[in-house]
Amino acid sequence: MKIITLDKMQVGQSGIIQNVVDESVICRRLLEMGVTPKTSLKVVRFAPLGDPMEIELRGYHLLIRKCDAAMIEILLDERTQMNADKRGADERR
Amino acid sequence: MSADKVMTIALVGNPNSGKTTVFNVLTKLRQKVGNYSGVTVEKKSGRMTLANGKKTDVIDLPGTYSLAVRSTDEKAVHDVLFGHMTGTERPDWIVCVLDATNLERNFYLVSQIHDLELPMVIVLNMMDELEAEGKAVDVEKLQAVLGIPVVPMVATKGKGVEALKEILSKETLPAHPRPWRMSEPMEEEVEGLVQWLMKNRNLDRPLAFSEAVIWISKGNIECEHIDADEQLYTLLTGAWERLSVKGVSWRMGAIEARYNWVHKILDGVVRRGSRRKRDMTQKLDAVLIHKVWGWFFFAALMAFMFLLIFTVATYPMDWIDAGFARLAEFVKNVMPAGDLRNLITDGVIAGVGGIVIFLPQILILFFFISLLQDTGYMARAAFIMDRLMNSVGLHGKSFIPLLSSFACAIPGVMSARSIESTKDRLVTILVAPLMTCSARLPVFTLLVAILLPSASVFGKTGIMMLLYALGILGAVVMAWVFKRTLLKGPTPPFIMELPPYRLPSVQSICLHMWERSRIFLKRAGTVIFAFSVVLWALMNYPKHEGVSAAVALEKSYAGQIGMLIEPVIKPLGYDWRIGIGLVGSFTAREIFVSTMSIVFNVGEGGGALTLREAFVRAQWPDGSPLFTPLVCVSLMVFFVYAMQCISSIAVVRRETNSWRWPIFQVVYMGVLAYTAAFLVYQGGRIIGLQ
Ligand SMILES: Nc1nc2c(ncn2[C@@H]2O[C@H](COP(=O)(O)OP(=O)(O)OP(=O)(O)O)[C@@H](O)[C@H]2O)c(=O)[nH]1
Ligand SMILES: [Mg+2]
Repeated sequence: MKIITLDKMQVGQSGIIQNVVDESVICRRLLEMGVTPKTSLKVVRFAPLGDPMEIELRGYHLLIRKCDAAMIEILLDERTQMNADKRGADERR
Repeated sequence: MSADKVMTIALVGNPNSGKTTVFNVLTKLRQKVGNYSGVTVEKKSGRMTLANGKKTDVIDLPGTYSLAVRSTDEKAVHDVLFGHMTGTERPDWIVCVLDATNLERNFYLVSQIHDLELPMVIVLNMMDELEAEGKAVDVEKLQAVLGIPVVPMVATKGKGVEALKEILSKETLPAHPRPWRMSEPMEEEVEGLVQWLMKNRNLDRPLAFSEAVIWISKGNIECEHIDADEQLYTLLTGAWERLSVKGVSWRMGAIEARYNWVHKILDGVVRRGSRRKRDMTQKLDAVLIHKVWGWFFFAALMAFMFLLIFTVATYPMDWIDAGFARLAEFVKNVMPAGDLRNLITDGVIAGVGGIVIFLPQILILFFFISLLQDTGYMARAAFIMDRLMNSVGLHGKSFIPLLSSFACAIPGVMSARSIESTKDRLVTILVAPLMTCSARLPVFTLLVAILLPSASVFGKTGIMMLLYALGILGAVVMAWVFKRTLLKGPTPPFIMELPPYRLPSVQSICLHMWERSRIFLKRAGTVIFAFSVVLWALMNYPKHEGVSAAVALEKSYAGQIGMLIEPVIKPLGYDWRIGIGLVGSFTAREIFVSTMSIVFNVGEGGGALTLREAFVRAQWPDGSPLFTPLVCVSLMVFFVYAMQCISSIAVVRRETNSWRWPIFQVVYMGVLAYTAAFLVYQGGRIIGLQ
């Protein structure tokens, strides 16, 4: 069981939202769009220039910048860790 | 409700859920539909006939995720539903259009609208996509749980529309009381606010409750610059403090309570899918948003478009050209020689014909732009560009208005409404006209043809892409400047939904192209027609007998105007004849082309010269050629940066609600254009170019 912030997650990993830190200006809009605690999400990809990132949750895809993603704490699903490692290895090859 | 009162129905829902598609089916109108959030940015109305023959007003609204609004377009939704919109009555029925593939988030808004206690129907749109995922929704059960009519629909195919009309023609159902509840402390604080709002703002209970929940979920930063008065603000601060002491998150309290309700409602209603979601979209995105291929794809798409513009479009352009030549010939044969005949052939036909000829190119441009808008690529472009836009202080959403401005700055300026921050919206509006719009296309095509008469289409395509790149560069640099000086502000946050790719319907693309070409032709038939007549008169009066055509033009009113400004534009390499064109082009850019065809038609004594040949022959009084390559480039650069469009000025005036910004925009772009053209021409001469 590992808790990290959303911006630190890798492509292919998924997890469950633990908390949305109250400081971001867009905090309320994120909550309203369903980025609420106990929701599970998955990182789909990062933009070609590394930022923003695309995540999948509640059946739709959301684009969010890393700096805002840093406000979202995720309980990482360890099983998906392996997927991400494998993908990373593929990309390096 | 009295029998003869016209009922009003409002379409409400999340962005991109298909509201406008439903609106178009109901009213048989053709409002703009596109596969990205923020296509509709203002309220649109239409009429429909219900199943029982009754006439009803339908209002299409911009999409929103919440009634706690953040941007100008979302505010329109709030204002219509709360009855704050002047000239619009509060709707009698609300039709909630939901994207069935994404019910949880869509139902959040339903719960907010439910609070208003207005009669409501729920439309589950995009049922086809839901089925493609192997999912299903138990409509009967949902209806029973909610106590609200639910209509499954595929708006693009018109499925379910009759059922909706059937329901709307029945008596409106009484609304239910609120089915969801917050934690006790939250309920108490909200109740306090409700009492205050009912007393001090004269709201009825449902409205007061809705407002109270919106206020209490907002933070101090958000409340400060909204119309919270002193007293309300004190009330709110007190409520937040008391809740914080009890350890209740006032920010999340209401939102989580709504999502809990949504969960309960949808429990057992949606059957999980068997097939993988968005398979096709994933495959396409793997290429189109790829680190390398993504950029390559965009450049290739643009290049392909220009290739078509320079190859395929030339055939119909030749036909149109020949058609107008034949028309002029015909007029010459049937009419007696005289001023009237000259007005028609040299004024009207040369002027209007000179513009209409570019229709094929413009159609190709619009085809590609509606392809970008309808497939869902627009949102990808915002995703890809966000990092770059971020470094100039804007966000990816600002890129959508800019990309739309390739067609025309007017829809571009309008679509800036979906940008939350006022300052950023203003910056986007200020730089949008720097993007190369379709009205510049005729000017550039003409100048490219003179500059590189024998170049291959690849050479011409290269120049065109360079000109477009110059425009984008100008927009980005100016945005950077404005964000650091006039309109300082923090870099705005960026959150946006990424829709799946959708196949655009041929009909929708054709309609869009037809709409745009109608506007283009209408402009040719009205503004440019009138301008051609006036210009012809200015060039032919006062009359001078017994002098050459060129001298007569020089002595005419138009010639005098041109002469007057020649000293100003000579440093850019232009003579008084180009000056006449420039003066005209400040009403609309393409007038430059029609003016040039009239000026050189008259100046060279008419005859069968094509415009290009007339340009090549044009000389300075000392016999040196007028349109040297350097002058062509200088002109191109001028047109890249100058704000020459009355309609854009009018739209900017409307969108910013003051004359200050459009005037500022004309001035700054004028200075930019003049300086750039000056540097090109004088710089070129210094290094020995012609
Ligand atoms: N497959 C499918 N696509 C649909 C359906 N209804 C609408 N669409 C598509 O969904 C996209 C969005 O449609 P719009 O009508 O523009 O959506 P909107 O809700 O008005 O969007 P905004 O004005 O941006 O809030 C378009 O690409 C439509 O063609 C449907 O029933 N099925
Ligand atoms: Mg719409």
